[in-house]
Amino acid sequence: MTASPSAGVGRERNVSVRDTDVVLEADNLSTYFPVRTGLLGGGSGAVVKAVDRVSFDIRRGEVFGLVGESGSGKTTLGRTLLKLVDPTSGAIRYLGRDLAPLSEREMRPLRRELALIFQDPNASLNPAMTIVQGVGHPLRIHGITSSRAQTRARVAEMLERVGLSPAENFLDKYPEDISGGQKQRLVIARALITEPTFVVADEPVAALDMSVRAKVLELMLDLQRDLGLTYLFITHDLATARFVCDRIGILYLGQLVEWGRSDTLFDDPQHPYTRALLDAIPLPDPGRRDRDKRLPRGEVPDALHPPTGCRFHPRCPEAFEVCGWQGADLIDFLEDRWTTVDADTFEAESAATGPLSGVEVSRYAVRFPAADASHLLPLLRDLRDARAGRVFSAVDDVTEDRGGVAVTFRDGPEPALQPVAGRQVACHLHGVVAREDSEAIA
Amino acid sequence: MTDHVVANRAPAGGPEPVLRVRELVAEYATPRGALAAVDGVSFDLHPGESLGLVGESGCGKSTLGRALLQLMPPGGAVRGRVELGGRDLVGASLPVLREIRGKDVALVFQEPMTRLDPLMRVSDHFVEAIRAHRPGTSRREARAMGRAALAQMGIPPTRADNYPHEFSGGMRQRIMIALGIVLRPQLIIADEPTTALDVIVEAQILDILDALRRDSSVGLILITHNLGIVAETCDRVAVMYAGKIVEIGDVRQVFSAPKHPYTKGLLASTISLETTRLHSIDGTPPDLVTPPPGCRYAPRCPFVMAHCTDAVPLYAEPEPGQLAACYLYPGANADGRATPREDAEVAR
Repeated sequence: MTASPSAGVGRERNVSVRDTDVVLEADNLSTYFPVRTGLLGGGSGAVVKAVDRVSFDIRRGEVFGLVGESGSGKTTLGRTLLKLVDPTSGAIRYLGRDLAPLSEREMRPLRRELALIFQDPNASLNPAMTIVQGVGHPLRIHGITSSRAQTRARVAEMLERVGLSPAENFLDKYPEDISGGQKQRLVIARALITEPTFVVADEPVAALDMSVRAKVLELMLDLQRDLGLTYLFITHDLATARFVCDRIGILYLGQLVEWGRSDTLFDDPQHPYTRALLDAIPLPDPGRRDRDKRLPRGEVPDALHPPTGCRFHPRCPEAFEVCGWQGADLIDFLEDRWTTVDADTFEAESAATGPLSGVEVSRYAVRFPAADASHLLPLLRDLRDARAGRVFSAVDDVTEDRGGVAVTFRDGPEPALQPVAGRQVACHLHGVVAREDSEAIA
Repeated sequence: MTDHVVANRAPAGGPEPVLRVRELVAEYATPRGALAAVDGVSFDLHPGESLGLVGESGCGKSTLGRALLQLMPPGGAVRGRVELGGRDLVGASLPVLREIRGKDVALVFQEPMTRLDPLMRVSDHFVEAIRAHRPGTSRREARAMGRAALAQMGIPPTRADNYPHEFSGGMRQRIMIALGIVLRPQLIIADEPTTALDVIVEAQILDILDALRRDSSVGLILITHNLGIVAETCDRVAVMYAGKIVEIGDVRQVFSAPKHPYTKGLLASTISLETTRLHSIDGTPPDLVTPPPGCRYAPRCPFVMAHCTDAVPLYAEPEPGQLAACYLYPGANADGRATPREDAEVAR
């Protein structure tokens, strides 16, 4: 037993990777899922853009982190890169070859080079197979070993490598016979037994207790060094990402908002969303609990109806005129406001707007058809003049309209990634740069 | 019972604790015999105070949260004392417990959807909860109380008549908290309230819980595996291992100078933005049907001494108000048989 808890494992950054040595490149990659609605699932033509025009590259020997909240598309992106999900458009260049158009049959010989480590070991291990059968399975599928004895020897070697030692004690056991931490080692052994080049690890330690997490991460990093692996590390945990990853991409609603070297991003984040994520992490240091946190309001919106312009703008503590404000944002503002005013003010103001369910909301306008214009006009104009909410920065006009009240908005383009202080950021705060492939607005 | 067992006594002349827990044992029946998931836990909670119950899977923290309100599953049993406002809840009748659960104590769980009726409007949840405990309240009054509680949690009054499924996960958790606090309880027990939520929403919910207990002097027990959450929101922390509180004290004190070797190991293995080296704790927690003799952490402890397995250590108080059940500190041994040796220096 190690006597000193200070005997820890540090992280040697892989700084020697050359720019040109790209293992995998996503080029304007999109993965859309049709949404089935209606009784017969006929569909409404609506799609969820789980991954939406994403470009980045992963270099040989690095750990590239994909960080995002639920609904960010990080898992879909990881699976798309491995062609476990077919992309809707764009290219996936693996060692220069585009995987996107390949059929499953054409992919098969490449499968042993591309591996996936799942979060939930219980879901990725067949409970009916012994460890030697389960871990050895890919060897047989790919015809890497030809005899039972050969498979057993290779599995034993791999088990030793992931710290399940002596392997003889594990080979004929079932997954249920071992602990959670050991199971995750097993999942890693299974993923790496075909000696892959590129490994997607999707939340590999999220299901583990803190005291065993470090061991599994340590193992993954050791194996990376010893076997020359390149990882895509998918996580929602920025602290782990910071420790493990050489470079990081921050995903929000299917798009990269900031990506670059992990020390660059963490030391000096340039996208308000990256800053928000960092501010929100609970720190195990009670001395810093009163630090200034600029938490964004609300939650990640429905991916079926992503906000226009910059997708983060409705929650952004720094959003301004050009960020893509739309009709729905004014309704959100009013509802938020009504949580802070007294009951009488709420009654008066909601009487002036009329029922919100009847309000006509579009990209550039909101119309309150049942409004009491004599009250709503001055109210909205006062709120605008007082800049009561960021949404008012983009309000063009507040007018009486066919007996109701209409509010119109100025345009705000979708931000393009631009180089800022050594990383790529998609944010108008650094200069308004519109995406050239910006979507047409309905 | 000695004073040392009573973790964190009230200061002389201080306010009466909201909650006084003594020698609490919570057992499950298993095919292999009784399993004491909580085994002899004592602590006090004062008005407006927040206590973090922290530990890893299987340490008994969630069972403790349930045992406080006698919410054990069938086959479970609770012994000891749980005094809420002077009343002992262990052995209390079901009607008494029901009254207390809805009114005096609010419970917030990880998955709020399981606690909300999908067929009932959110406003009706409030009407039902309020009128169950205050039958004289009119529907209109109850709805207004509900709207105010929801607004306090950031839910617009225009959404009060929506159904639970029309809200996001974070909003549902806000609704659960609003339902819990509408009758102004003395105590909130929150079991992993943010574990299913994204980090930004988690921070929002923690801010809400923090504001609540500051503004209304409600006591808060926050059960979590996340040391960061404890550091952000709690006044005191109780670290649980294998069914026992191994260390309890002021959050700042425990985080800056942990005394129990398990607390040290847990803090060292926590990955934060400042982490430059990885640490882990060797071994696995013990089987609680047949727990090891003496200190339950001894088989994994880097500071273990020969006598650690002789008897269960009592609480030593290495710093005022900071208790650790560990033989490294004078006071842990019941009869003076075991005394710390040179090895103890390592721990300081």
